[in-house]
Amino acid sequence: MRWTLNLRTMVVVLLLVALVLLPMYVELTGSRFLLTLFTRIVILALAAVSLNLILSYGGMMSFGHAAYLGIGGYAVGMLAFEGVTSGLVQWPVALLVSALFALVIGALSLRTRGVYFIMITLAFAQMTYYIVAGLARYGGDDGLTIQKRSQFFPPLNLSNKIQFYYLCLALLFASIYLVWRIVNSRFGMAVQGARSNDTRMRAIGFPTYRYKLTCFVIAGTLCGLSGALLANHTDFVSPAMMYWTRSGDLIIMVVLGGMGSIFGPLFGAVALLVLEEVLSGITEYWQIILGPLLLLVVLFARGGIDGLLGKVRHG
Amino acid sequence: MRRALLAASTALLLAAGPASAQQKSIKIGFISTFSGPVAVIGNDMRNSFELALDHMGRKMGGLPVEVIYEDDGFKPEVGKQKTDKLIESDKVDFIVGYIWSNVLLASMKSAVDSKTFLITSNAGPHQIAGEQCSPYIFSTSWQNDQTPQAMGHYMNQKGVKTAFLIGPNYAAGKDMLGGVASTFKGKIVGQELTKWPDQLDFSAELAKAKAEKPDAIFVFYPGKAGVQFLTQYAQSGLKGQIPLYTAFTIDELSLPLQKDLALGVPGAQEWVNDLPNDANKKFVADYIKKYPGLRPSFYGAQTYDAANLVASAVAATKGNLSDKVAVQKALEKADFKSVRGKFKFNTNHIPIQNFYLQEPVKDQDGNLVLKTVATIVEDNQDRFANECHMK
Amino acid sequence: MTLFIEQCLNGLQFGLLLFLLAAGLTLVFGIMDLVNLAHGSLYMLGAYFAATFAAWTGSFVLGAVLALVATLLVGMAVEVIAMRRLYGRDHLDHVLATFGLILFFDELVRLIWGAGGMSLPLPSWLNTSVRILPGVDYSAYKLSIIVVSLVVAAFLYILVMRTRLGMLIRAGASNREMIGALGVNIKLLFTLVFGLGAALAGLAGLMQAPILTVQIGMGENILILAFVITVIGGIGSIRGAFVAAIMVGFIDTLGRAYFTDLLRLTFTKETAATAAPALSSMLIYLLMAVVLVIRPEGLFPAGGK
Repeated sequence: MRWTLNLRTMVVVLLLVALVLLPMYVELTGSRFLLTLFTRIVILALAAVSLNLILSYGGMMSFGHAAYLGIGGYAVGMLAFEGVTSGLVQWPVALLVSALFALVIGALSLRTRGVYFIMITLAFAQMTYYIVAGLARYGGDDGLTIQKRSQFFPPLNLSNKIQFYYLCLALLFASIYLVWRIVNSRFGMAVQGARSNDTRMRAIGFPTYRYKLTCFVIAGTLCGLSGALLANHTDFVSPAMMYWTRSGDLIIMVVLGGMGSIFGPLFGAVALLVLEEVLSGITEYWQIILGPLLLLVVLFARGGIDGLLGKVRHG
Repeated sequence: MRRALLAASTALLLAAGPASAQQKSIKIGFISTFSGPVAVIGNDMRNSFELALDHMGRKMGGLPVEVIYEDDGFKPEVGKQKTDKLIESDKVDFIVGYIWSNVLLASMKSAVDSKTFLITSNAGPHQIAGEQCSPYIFSTSWQNDQTPQAMGHYMNQKGVKTAFLIGPNYAAGKDMLGGVASTFKGKIVGQELTKWPDQLDFSAELAKAKAEKPDAIFVFYPGKAGVQFLTQYAQSGLKGQIPLYTAFTIDELSLPLQKDLALGVPGAQEWVNDLPNDANKKFVADYIKKYPGLRPSFYGAQTYDAANLVASAVAATKGNLSDKVAVQKALEKADFKSVRGKFKFNTNHIPIQNFYLQEPVKDQDGNLVLKTVATIVEDNQDRFANECHMK
Repeated sequence: MTLFIEQCLNGLQFGLLLFLLAAGLTLVFGIMDLVNLAHGSLYMLGAYFAATFAAWTGSFVLGAVLALVATLLVGMAVEVIAMRRLYGRDHLDHVLATFGLILFFDELVRLIWGAGGMSLPLPSWLNTSVRILPGVDYSAYKLSIIVVSLVVAAFLYILVMRTRLGMLIRAGASNREMIGALGVNIKLLFTLVFGLGAALAGLAGLMQAPILTVQIGMGENILILAFVITVIGGIGSIRGAFVAAIMVGFIDTLGRAYFTDLLRLTFTKETAATAAPALSSMLIYLLMAVVLVIRPEGLFPAGGK
């Protein structure tokens, strides 16, 4: 990243600082709800970051990304229900299962492209949704309450909201860094090359299918982590976490924030969720503004927020 | 750094100290469904709550009341989100409402963990009466099983020997069918649980019921689904062939849509419009006056009672809500005039009450109304009280 | 046996309803290469218009006809105002823009008609059952849905196969640039096609209204199925949409009806009741995944681009 002193850099720095200092502000003003809101924003930003990797850089428009939120979340929920509350068991399981699902789904879906890829990722996500909704033992459509959060060794206590927030924030920063490293690596360049011209990349000798699949699995795993965090945050999981409209929400975050930018997903998550909170306080019909806003962004502001803040740079 | 900040803010709070122990107003959070076809239920509950507040001069224990209404959109995860918001952001003193058992089950933990008193004025999953009962959870409705249990008794009285049960596949639906099964002495020749809330086409289930040729069909479908069920029941040719026995399927809200299809179909309920006590007469009369063209349903009656329950507790504790044990004891006394006449709580905070048989009839103007035909059971207790740790 | 016949008829009825919805989608997709997620909103509008007009005029049939006209007009307006700018763009742009339209329409409906939904009662002459076979009473209204849908399907077939407009549509599905080069008024053609699709969606919406629902967001759930059918049948192919829709209708209905019983042989009725609808829905998506992997152009592809 070239850290030029432009508006975009300043906004990024300000945002990061604000996120780090948030708990202190909450402590001073006592507005606990702000902490809850921003924990949620950070968790969903992580999911958006994972989607950004395959969507913007890999050119893989997955309409089933929310499935991994659900898989990660239910891994935690189901294990907790069965009495396994240790995070050291739950979280690796969540990551592993998400990776496995991503491997299978990706392996099959990446044999298609364009709108067919969109549809097939959607199909798999819906299938996962229906599988989970069909599990009577774990609540089905009614969902599953998680009585105890993931247990780790003291002093790490996820029920402490401030500690939990910092954990999520740390994981978010780590994933942003991870994505940045991937994108700027030779592997990442190859994937981006495959996005613009797959045939050419293959002609040069890159195994694009394998590279794309690897990207897909990494993205799915990261999203599974986000799901595990979300389950802990809400103490509740339900199949609704992975309904196709949720995948749509994630895509909106990525696009609003600015595709092809590292911090775009974070901008998008903050913008969308804060907008939701603020607007719904003003009018209950706020979505009537959001709808056309999206349309306008697509038509006129292709770079999203990141683009508006300065010249769009890759990486 | 943080400890210094904490110390400073604690000092500030202590200085402000005694003033914050006293309430300036009573904040009540209200969760119900205000969107989609079942919004009529949420609106009825809201109307009744507002009427109750009017009747008490919008003050409880001398303090002004503020109500924040939130829509659960008929979804457990949204209900939970809104509950969290009411507790954390709006810092309410009480939470009232909850139509749906699955929404309540998803939202309960937040209330219990934060020691916020929750009064459910409809949902009654067996968990809150039994293993998950809590000092902070109260019900002014019933436990789901109670009403269909009463219907089961009635079916026995009517000499029904075989029955087919149909209901939606979610927490309350399972409770309902289980409730009938626990008191009905005849043979249950079939049970169907349908996908909820998406499935509104019951032709498959009705066809299966027809094939089994039972003496009667028991059905539970709240809200819009109840209208659809009766319509399809008529369309399938079963009306007149196999009688229907219902719980929560026909009420003042669905009756205007079901019209003649509901004539003569019995239902069990702990409250009917025409119960002859003073509180009820005032409630119904003033409701019709304040909301012309509408009649209150049992959802509303239960909510009206919830408002009065909360008011009685606030008055008893003189507005000092920080003493949670005192508030709990005051709520348990249930020292208010219920629209259903006799009202007291069991050890698990579920009401002990009568259940009546209601039937839709045509009044002298030709309008469809619900009439109390008989008392099925008196002072009925739910069957999960033993599983509750509170004795 | 009678139960089976009834279920088959239910499957057929559901499948035909899905066909009406998918036909418009596949046409728009095939000819304008436009992914329209807001197709479900037109379905919803058809139902709301019908409920409103039927209440105003007091007649079910008149209300339905007026609703069709209204949905057609709305469809054409949407095409002119919003869709035009999306042609030729990336599919991702289509998805995002039309997703935004879904949000907009959901809120617009809430603003105009309120959050409570509506109901569309059946006239008494339709609210009975018909004895189609000894021992088999079937809902008169559902029968009329089947009849109307088949008539519309036939009409579509004639339109696409035997008229000049249909020829242009088929040509456009195969090769868009060519018909433009041949001097056909593309703009008008596209508006008409989109309007036709909207009317079909509206018809599906208003027909299911009396027996199912008129509420906000009703389009989202069924839209997915319509897309699945479009993909299975082949993008741009009416015939493909017809076959795929009937297949999906049968799988869904028979699956829901018989899976529960099948599962009950080994599981509790509660588990069976929860798992059965899930299984039958999964089956449909599984079918689509299989088709996509083996034969991505669909069962009846409309022709190369």
